[in-house]
Amino acid sequence: MTDFKIHHRDGDGVSVIELKGYLDAHTAPDLETAFQKLLTEKKYNVVVNCRDLSYISSAGLGVFMAYVEDIRKNMGDIKLTNMSPKVYNVFDLLGFPILYEIYKDEQEAVSRFKEIKK
Amino acid sequence: METQAKHISKRILSRTDSLVEVREFVDAAARAFGFSEEDVANIILAVDEACTNIIKHAYHYAVDQEIEISIFPSTRSFEIRIYDNGKAFDPSIIRTPDLKDHIGHKRRGGLGVYLMKRLMDKVEYNFIPGKRNEVRLIKYRSNASTVPEG
Repeated sequence: MTDFKIHHRDGDGVSVIELKGYLDAHTAPDLETAFQKLLTEKKYNVVVNCRDLSYISSAGLGVFMAYVEDIRKNMGDIKLTNMSPKVYNVFDLLGFPILYEIYKDEQEAVSRFKEIKK
Repeated sequence: METQAKHISKRILSRTDSLVEVREFVDAAARAFGFSEEDVANIILAVDEACTNIIKHAYHYAVDQEIEISIFPSTRSFEIRIYDNGKAFDPSIIRTPDLKDHIGHKRRGGLGVYLMKRLMDKVEYNFIPGKRNEVRLIKYRSNASTVPEG
């Protein structure tokens, strides 16, 4: 119930952030650093793959809320994918599905960015 | 008639890296009580949110203060009482978060209290001025009435 890891990979004009483990008030600053880095590097097409995310609290949700506006202002987006039902439930309780695109699969989200580019 | 088992308690320091201990403590107790996986997950998250709020708002991230978590299981309900000696927190100022507004203003506050209310059957705050603050989180057994006695 402790570990949290972020893996970042780029390809086809899309940055994929893979989250693994427990995202809470202790680990949320790590995600914040990752988003700050994306903004600094002007990478605005972001897919967050939550396949290995075991847990999220409001501190983690707050990070997505803090950065999505800046990313959208630059014609990009944060798209979320591969959530377990347990993690999706937390996003859902706060109404995230209305304001964020959530996909079952990472490839679907990446394809959406490619379609927009065309 | 409701019978109450012996309560169990844990004390942690007001640091965010203590949250893992809190989750493990609540996880074991909620499983032993017989809650479903979903209920266990919801209770863990609600207690995490309550402790995070204390660390942030009552203790302003001071890392050497104490938080006490006591669990009172009974035949009908599972009650968690969380105590701190920090600044009293007035939950009445927390409104239902408007996500769109939060994003527009880059606000993050209020999400935890809202989640706690959604995840638990009852959330209560008690303040004893000059002494300590108490948050009570209650989850009823799914086959028990959600209306408490008395």
